[in-house]
Amino acid sequence: MDDEAKRERRLAFNRAFASSVPHNRALGVEIIDLGADFALFRLPYAEHLVGNPDTGVMHGGVITALLDSCSGAAVFASLARPAPIATLDLRIDYLKPAAAGREVLARATCYKQTRNVAFTRAVAYHDDEDDPIASAAGAFMLSTKLGNVAPIKGPS
Amino acid sequence: MSLSLVERLAAAKAAKDMGALVDVIPYAKWLGLSGKIEDGALITTMTFAPHLVGNPALPALHGGTLGALMESAAVFELLYRAESIVLPKTITITVDYLRSAATVDTYALGTITRHGRRVANVSVIAWQEDRAKPVATAVAHFLVMAEQQGA
Repeated sequence: MDDEAKRERRLAFNRAFASSVPHNRALGVEIIDLGADFALFRLPYAEHLVGNPDTGVMHGGVITALLDSCSGAAVFASLARPAPIATLDLRIDYLKPAAAGREVLARATCYKQTRNVAFTRAVAYHDDEDDPIASAAGAFMLSTKLGNVAPIKGPS
Repeated sequence: MSLSLVERLAAAKAAKDMGALVDVIPYAKWLGLSGKIEDGALITTMTFAPHLVGNPALPALHGGTLGALMESAAVFELLYRAESIVLPKTITITVDYLRSAATVDTYALGTITRHGRRVANVSVIAWQEDRAKPVATAVAHFLVMAEQQGA
């Protein structure tokens, strides 16, 4: 895919994403980047997402939702053509609290795709991917309803 | 309202007011969570609202909301059962998605499998109309030590 096609694909995905996933819109999640096998999301800080009002730190469940969405997007981005996907399982390790008042970024990679299942890794962080707030491993079922969903072989 | 979160949770627990337990956590309120005791068990309900939808075509709830519901239900169970109020800190949570969750109310029940000195293990089941057909399950580990410097 050339840069123009990639950009158009990302914009189309962002529009579809914002209009078709009410919970992501409610959370304020936006897509920053989307590649052949990865997704980069941003979650702005908001008062209603706080888990501990004493510290202002966001609730762990918000990070769960962010990593779930971002991982799903990485899978979706890696499909040769759009097809329904469903999260099978997601394991999240909370490594340190998010800082109060700060946005959280998430990067997910779909590192393996089989005929029926896709596997992802993801991290949530403020500035440095190597110093994450949380890390996640996910497995997603790929629908066979729309026929063959052969994986794209790496970035084209 | 200068009470700390732990003090407010302790007051809610003493009054056996599970609603107050939820009210002190902004995100739990925003998700539409509420708690009630049924036959001695603490059931957490996530009342359906449009902002919880992940897939309007099916339609289905967003998987993240189920994870958040079950993580909250586990925390509420720990707060409800523990003798002293300590804010549990999630170490890990593993969520298994079993069925697409319909756009209706969802319920969750946490069970403490083991409560150690430092770590508690809680399993959670979430269901909708039929408790025998769970939409998701989760298992989580929490750090349950009293607040200390550098903890």
